Amino acid sequence: MTLRRRDVVKELLRERGDLLVIAGLGSTSWDITAAGDADLSFPMWGAMGQAAMIGLGLALTQPKRRVVVITGDGEMLMGIGSLATIGVQQPANLTVVVIDNERYGETGMQRTHTADGVDLTSVAAACKFKHAITATADVKAVRELVYKTPGPNFATVKVADDKLPLVLPPKDGVLLKARFRRALLGNSADVLPEER
Amino acid sequence: MQPDWPAEIHRELTAAGVTVVGYVPDAGHKRLIELCHADKRMRAVPLTTEEEGIGLVAGAWLGGEKSVLLMQSSGVGNLVNVLGMIKVCRFPLVMIITMRGEQGEFNPWQVPMGENTARVLETMSVAVRQAGDAQTVAGHVHAALGLAYETQGAQAVLIAQRVIGIKSFQEQRSQ
Repeated sequence: MTLRRRDVVKELLRERGDLLVIAGLGSTSWDITAAGDADLSFPMWGAMGQAAMIGLGLALTQPKRRVVVITGDGEMLMGIGSLATIGVQQPANLTVVVIDNERYGETGMQRTHTADGVDLTSVAAACKFKHAITATADVKAVRELVYKTPGPNFATVKVADDKLPLVLPPKDGVLLKARFRRALLGNSADVLPEER
Repeated sequence: MQPDWPAEIHRELTAAGVTVVGYVPDAGHKRLIELCHADKRMRAVPLTTEEEGIGLVAGAWLGGEKSVLLMQSSGVGNLVNVLGMIKVCRFPLVMIITMRGEQGEFNPWQVPMGENTARVLETMSVAVRQAGDAQTVAGHVHAALGLAYETQGAQAVLIAQRVIGIKSFQEQRSQ
């Protein structure tokens, strides 16, 4: 049975606890919002290709928290070098999940490289991710990676190329940044690290 | 006597409490990169392209930590679109950039980006501080760190090629 992206992301974020969530530009930002907008989610409206690197910066500075990057195949392809950079750093608390519909969903459903068989899971494995899997039927194993397994972990989830209604998060970048930091750091978000 | 400006930058970074240093190597940054790797208070993160550094900085600040990026002037050309996120979200950003394409350049392919580095940064709302001699480098880095984190802004320190003093390809390779 073909997986649907909104069901997949909703299941991944079910009872998310204190999980920190970064979503890449485009459909995955709408997906995490459809699953329930939250202060500890940072949905991106730009900087295509940087979702995994934001996840890395967050994972390195918050080693006690689990971090998940949920992004699309097109966004991941644009930042494919970041898989090599993450492989060097080996953050145990980071999982990158690519919701792979093999299309550029926001620009007219053009085929991405994965539609022609480019395999991001193999790339991640070659970049020294500890676990790299492809899910096509359910996301039980992906949830395990996100919440439990020491990483860095990577999962491709193959999904249908549905065109879905937009469910938009806030657009104001300062708001998205500030609410995330407040929720994560409490009042110390308002002062510089040396003043905490 | 020329001051030991890479060591002075490193002292500024530790004094400011910088814990993450992203870099794409440059011969001019060789010593500073080594100092950062050797410093247990910092995580030195080699990048495949300068663009990755912008994501790294944003993520580190979401996590509550200060960071800086080290790169060569040519790398500024790789940053343009993602600097939009820095502006829109007002992420603090400090970039320490060694210049090519200036006085003493031996490679014509370095010149177009070198000639336009400051202009490209300013076009994307990054404040530019020109360190034209070794004595001024640490002061500019100090000011950039202060302004970026006190005012949630983007700052770049450009270290002139004559400060780095590399005059030939052979010299660069033997650094």
